[in-house]
This record gives sequence, structure tokens and C-alpha cells, in this order.
Amino acid sequence: MTQAAAQGGREADASLPFVKHTLANGLDVIVHEDHHVPIVALNVWYHVGSRNERPGRTGFAHLFEHLMFEGSAHHDTGYFPPLQRAGAVLNGSTNTDRTNYWEVVPTGALDLALWLESDRMGYLLPAVTEQRFQTQRDVVLNERRQNYENRPYGLALMAIAAALYPEDHPYHWLTIGGADDLRAMRLEDVREFFRTYYHPANASLTLAGDLDAGRAFELANHYFGELPAGARPGPAPPSSAAAVGREVRLLLEDRVELPRIYMAWHSPAIFEDGDADLDLSADLLANGKTSRLYRTLVYERRVALDVSAHQNSRELSSFFLLVATAAPGQPLTDITTLIDLELRRTTDEGPSGAEMDRARAQTEAHFMYRLQTVGGFGGKSDQLNAYNVYRGDPGYFSTDLARYRSATSESVRGAMQRHLRLDRRVVLSVVPRGQPSLALAGSEPVSVC
Amino acid sequence: MPADRSHLPEVAPDPPFRFPVVGRHRLANGLLVRTIEHHTMPVVSCVLQIRGGAGADPPGEEGLAAITADMVDEGTGPLSAIDVSEGFARLGAEYDVEVGPDATSFSLTALSHFVDRGLSLLADILIRPSLREHDFDRVRTLRLDRLRQLKDVPPAVAERAFLFLMYGDHPYGHLPIGTEPALRACRAERVAEFHSRVFSPARATFVLAGPLSHERLLDLAAGAFSRWTSGSPDSTGTEAANVEPPDLPRRLAIVPRAGAAQSELRIGHLSARRDTPDYPALLVMNAVLGGQFVSRINLRLREEKGYTYGARTGFDWRRGVAPFALQASVHTAATADAIRDTLTEFDAIHLARPPSDEEMALARASLTRGYARNFETAQQVARSVAQLALYDLPDTYFEEFVPLIDAVEQGEVVRAAERYVDGARATTLVVGDDQAIAASLAPLGYGEPQILPPDA
Repeated sequence: MTQAAAQGGREADASLPFVKHTLANGLDVIVHEDHHVPIVALNVWYHVGSRNERPGRTGFAHLFEHLMFEGSAHHDTGYFPPLQRAGAVLNGSTNTDRTNYWEVVPTGALDLALWLESDRMGYLLPAVTEQRFQTQRDVVLNERRQNYENRPYGLALMAIAAALYPEDHPYHWLTIGGADDLRAMRLEDVREFFRTYYHPANASLTLAGDLDAGRAFELANHYFGELPAGARPGPAPPSSAAAVGREVRLLLEDRVELPRIYMAWHSPAIFEDGDADLDLSADLLANGKTSRLYRTLVYERRVALDVSAHQNSRELSSFFLLVATAAPGQPLTDITTLIDLELRRTTDEGPSGAEMDRARAQTEAHFMYRLQTVGGFGGKSDQLNAYNVYRGDPGYFSTDLARYRSATSESVRGAMQRHLRLDRRVVLSVVPRGQPSLALAGSEPVSVC
Repeated sequence: MPADRSHLPEVAPDPPFRFPVVGRHRLANGLLVRTIEHHTMPVVSCVLQIRGGAGADPPGEEGLAAITADMVDEGTGPLSAIDVSEGFARLGAEYDVEVGPDATSFSLTALSHFVDRGLSLLADILIRPSLREHDFDRVRTLRLDRLRQLKDVPPAVAERAFLFLMYGDHPYGHLPIGTEPALRACRAERVAEFHSRVFSPARATFVLAGPLSHERLLDLAAGAFSRWTSGSPDSTGTEAANVEPPDLPRRLAIVPRAGAAQSELRIGHLSARRDTPDYPALLVMNAVLGGQFVSRINLRLREEKGYTYGARTGFDWRRGVAPFALQASVHTAATADAIRDTLTEFDAIHLARPPSDEEMALARASLTRGYARNFETAQQVARSVAQLALYDLPDTYFEEFVPLIDAVEQGEVVRAAERYVDGARATTLVVGDDQAIAASLAPLGYGEPQILPPDA
């Protein structure tokens, strides 16, 4: 393949058109028309996540998300049945910064979905009973067991978050929360949380799909316009600055067959200078067979089973994570040495021209692929809400694409040099139980549960 | 005017939707080509589906189909594995492989203006993979290490053990990744032999969906695959689907996982073939019983009892007889109760509590209303059409699906449940803390549990 391949004639640019109006009560409403399939996607973001929790009450934002599916004042029998009867698919999720809810419905069920979404935004509390609260807490405790406690390496990110951020920083804990905190929660906590965060002024509604924009705004106003605005939540309480001033080495024993090394660095917040550069550097370092570390660790030297990297972009600050699993009998020390060597080389020299060409081709393609679905996690409606909530501009799609297009070898090198320093990072060895000696030398045991 | 909140709004009927028109073609070398004009984005998705998956692994060579599929992108001609990945990456193309019980599928998604280059590379690696000894050795080691890791992943342990409990040494009785002894014994020559025997245009269907005309899509297919010729004559023997499965007794089996926070459960038995005329009734039955969030079993185990994050039932469809099973990960202390509740529900649907009119309406509607959303992306369309080929379904299948499901009556669902779902035949598998749960399992009436290793 030659450079020309990556620069072949480009078709219409990827773009994500929309119209936005803000209702009198402060609810942002965004509409995107796409008439290919007779479906409509609803997507609601509330600007609240686990970063709005307090120590001792972690996991609450996510537990609350579960309660949003149990019914609301005027439909007090569960959120799923009427929607599934109408052929909808639906879900929700919570992370550190936001909580989102979505439905994809046949066009004929748009009113139904708007009615239900607006009812739980405005009138949730009468439907939240002690019984439902207790049951959903048990469900969440089981979600925690399934996805963290009973999963190999499932507790690693808890250890990393706790080491990257001081105790009073809201990224110190994961969104799933602490098991003891979940058990300590009371029904009264639900009321205050709802009043503070779940109202039109703290939400963004996107409708995307086979609908007319004018009619969409009428319907949005009809169902959501009556809800009281609520106060925009104040700034998050101050917390200690997050910084790691040295290399912190940690050790976690787990029910695993093979040791794994995790390296984590503080990195620029989402959309900040350097964020896109580090996203690109994650791919060039460790994602896929074309990446530098795959080639060295897995393909040539065969000391690792897998390697991956990710710029975890978030609102307050991000973290860059690099992970490699040792091949049987291969010491983590050797793997770490090879990783460090490659990090140093890339940071000194920057990506090659061919690597930047490849990154550009992948960027162009992936921004186009992102426009294929109207709904669900990562669909067009979810993207419009993300840009609106984080940037106040649903039209940020093209700016976002431009960030990646304008990245250069020099900008990627610069970002790596500033942020991926070997002497300022958290390095976690996860090793089979009873074999702490397989960890990097000088690693401090941590316990998470 | 504020919304009327005294009742839920009416739902209007689904607007008409034009399902994809499938162009049928056959190249001179026997390759079946299916083309679908999908005019949304400048993106083309393709699936090359080869008849022959994990069920085609010869006895003692479990994992051969999957490692062969894995070796396909490990180089061709002068290109190394890295060069191949680089080739796709420089087009922004996405390459993927899926090995199922009956078929192996290679898929490629690319921007329209790069699709010819992507297909040329795809054809190169499929028709003439290098299959070098050195690459084979590396790939096999990676797969052996992966098998070792899977011993700590409860859902993977359960999948593996459950297939064994259902099928014994039938060709369907193992995961595509295979077993450790078989992978250790595998040699590069066997991969080359499997490739030349199974990777033949006569056994394959190539599906393309994208914003191009049928003619142009067919040109692309022909340009890439016309040079593909059949290897050695097809001698794969009896297809797995036609091998009679053994009649294994119901059992309780445990894969011990000391101190586990949850029990990973599989409860079920061999049930039906994909080509059964009862298929529509079985889909509706499963939607009532456990196929979705609002189904009986999830409402019982999750929403009422809080035992689990989620519980689902379903058929693991294949050309031959498929298992029907529950899967759930439940709190260790709730293990016996969750099993009891599941077995009760398996029987209640055709005995104590046949589906109500309300449940029937919900189940039918959840399968049919909004069916159009399954045809949004080129990849969804290409995959759906590949399924038609896999199961010998007519091109009119999509149009007929909704009326077929809407016509399913309560009596048919009860009869289908009676015939295909039976608590008394169900085998129960638990991957969990055997010490903690042993006593509570005794009253289930299974007798002494069979203890299986994590790599059964």
C-alpha cells in the first residue's frame, strides 16, 4: 500500500447537521433528521455522574439510574413494558461525568417515549418505594460482583483510580461505587439527588431519525415544557489537585493465571489541548497489529499475549492507560523495560510520516462510521448530546474531527513528552494470588474490594 | 397545553418499510454472491461466509477451524501479518473474523472509495494465505495462552462446560477455540489441509451491502474473487448438523470456584433445529419466558428478587439441533433459589401459567414492531443476508417475518413450550463456590453433582 492509498479522493465530508432550541425551562432540545429507516432515537443526558458523589456515598449516581427504570408517578409499573410492547429498544448508563438514557422506537411510538421520558424527568419520586430501592441495590451489588469482583483483573481499575486521585477527588472511586457505600444508602438520599440533578436545566434531549424538526420541537415542548426548571447545580465542591509526582508502583493479587502490567498517567481533560494527540498516540503505541508495542511485545519477542492503550477522556481530567499481559513465564520487569524503551523512542522521535498517514485514514473512516446509527450508545443522538453537554455546542462534531486532522507528528510527540513521563505514573502489577514476587520490584501491595 | 398524563399515548402503526432487495448471482467458480443496494452512508460492508465452522473440526482436532481462520490474515505473498494489518489500517477498513458452529465469516467494512482496494487484499489473504510455520507457531501459542486465561473467566468456563454437557463428543460439543490437547497436537500442515479442503468458492457466499448498484457490487465481487478456484475436492464428510446428538441424561454439574462472589449458571437441554417449522412460535415463547428484559425469568430473578444483574434464556441456533438455556450470574447465596425459580418457569409456561393475552401481545410486538431498525447499517444488512444463506432461507424472509410472528397464537406457543422446554430434562451447570452452595443444592433432586474441571 502506498501513501496515495491513504489520500485517495475523499467523498462528502463526514458531518452531523442539527437544529437546537432551548425550552423556557432550560431544557436543551436538539433535532437531527435522518429518514432512511422509520425509527426515532431519543437520547437524554443529565449532567451528573459519580463525580457528583461524596466519599462514603459512592455508587449513588449509578444506583439512581437503575431507579429511573422502575416507573414514575403517572406510570407506576415499570418503564420497560410499554416501550418493549411498542417495539422499542432502550437502555441507560452512568459514568464519572454524565448519565444517559435512550430509546430507539418505531416512528409511531415517539409520543409514547416522550411521555415516559418526561414523566420520569418531572415526576419520578412518587414511584420510588423502599422495596424498589432495596431490590435495585441488590441488583447493583450483583452487577458489581459480575463485572468487577468475579472477573479476572476486574479490580485493577479501582486500584488505579484510587492511586491517581486523592481521597477527596471525585475520580478517586469508580462509578460502580464501594460495596459498603451501596449498602449504607438510604431511600432519603434519592430525593435530594433527584431534586439537585434531575431537571430540565441540567439535561439535554436529542431526537434523531425519521421525524420532522418542526414537529419534534412542538412535541418536546408539549411533554417537557411543563416541567419546572430546577436550579443548575453549582460547581462541584473543591478537591485536591490530582497529580502524581513520581513513579508509584503497586501490586494487586487476583485470581488470574497470568501477570499483567498496567501503567496510568494523568492526561488533559476531554477536548483540551493534547487530548486528541494522546488518543492518536494510544493507537500508534498499542492498538492493533500495526502498533509499535504489538509488534515488539507480541509479534517479535513474544513476551506478551496482548497490549492495549487508551486515552480515557473525561471532564475534570483524563488518564492515559497502557496494559500488557505477560506470556507464561515472562517477567513483568522485562516487559516494562521494553515498553519504556518504546515510550522513550516515540517520545524522542515522534511518529513517522507513514504512521501519521495511517492515523489520518483511520480518523476519516471512523468519523464516517460513527454516523451510521441514529440511536443507542455512541449513535448520532448520543454524540450530539455529548458535544452539547461538554462543549455547549452540538455542532462540535466538525471541530472534533478537525482536532484529529490537524494533529502532526510534532504535536503527538509533544503531548507524549508532556504527559507520558516515566517518572510520573502509576504502575500496577496484577499477579496470581500467592505470587507477589512476580510484581515489579518495590511494588506496594494494595487491597480493593 | 400540558401533556395528558392520565394515560399513555396511543402508538401509531408501523409505517411501511421496504426491506432490502437481494440480488442473487453466481460466479463461474461457483461462488454465490448476494448484493444489496444500501444508500445511506458512503460505506460498504461485506461478509464472506464459508460453510464450515467449529462443527467441522475433525475429532481430536478441536480448534482447527478457528486457528485456520485466525491464520488467514497472518500474511499472503510477500506481505507479513503486520503488512496485512497495515494494508487494512491505511484504508481505515475494519476486518473481522467470526467462527460459529456451522460457518466461518470474514467481514470487511470500508469507505466506498476504498472498497476495491480492501476487497483485493481480503481476497488475497483468503485465497492464498501464507500459512507459514513460524506464524502458526506464534498464533497457536497465543491461543493456548488464551485458553489458559479463560479458566478464570466464569462465563467462558460455563460456555465450554455446557456445550460438553449438551453434546458430549458430538462435533458441536466444543468451543471454536478448541481444547488444549488438540491445539498442542495441531500442526501447520493440518491448517493448510483444512484451508484447501474447506476454503472453496463452492462452499462460500459473498454478501456486499453499500451505496452502489447491484451491477457495481457484483463487479467488485467478481474483480476480487473470480480467480478463486476450488482446492482439493470437498471431502468434509457428514456435516455436524446431520450427526445425531447423543441422548445424555439430565445432570447437575459444578465447576468449583472457591470463594466466588457469584454462581455462573446455565440451565437447559437440547431442543430444536433452526429449520423447525415451530421457529416463529419458539421466538414468541422465548420472548415470554426469558428472551428480554420484561420476560418472566428476568422479572422474577432480577426485578422481584434482586438475585442477579440480568437473566436471559435463548436458543443457541445452528443448522443442527440447538440447546435452549438460561444464562445468568447470580449471587452465591441465591444459587439454589435461582435454579428452582428457573425450573419452575420452564414448566409453568405450558402447565400452570400459559401466556396471557397481554404477554402474547407484548412478545409478538417486541419481535415485530421496529423490526426495521435491524436494517440501519450496511453491516447489519450484510450480516442478515449472510444468515439467510447459512440457514437456506428465502430472500423474501424479511418481508415475511412480521406477518409470520404476528400470526403466532397462544395455543402454538404452549404446544411449542411443551415440546421444546422441559424443566425435568434440564441439566444445570454451576460455576461457583461448591462448598458454599452444596447443601442448598441437595433438595433440587438432582442427586450427587458431577464435578468438572475448569477446562472440561
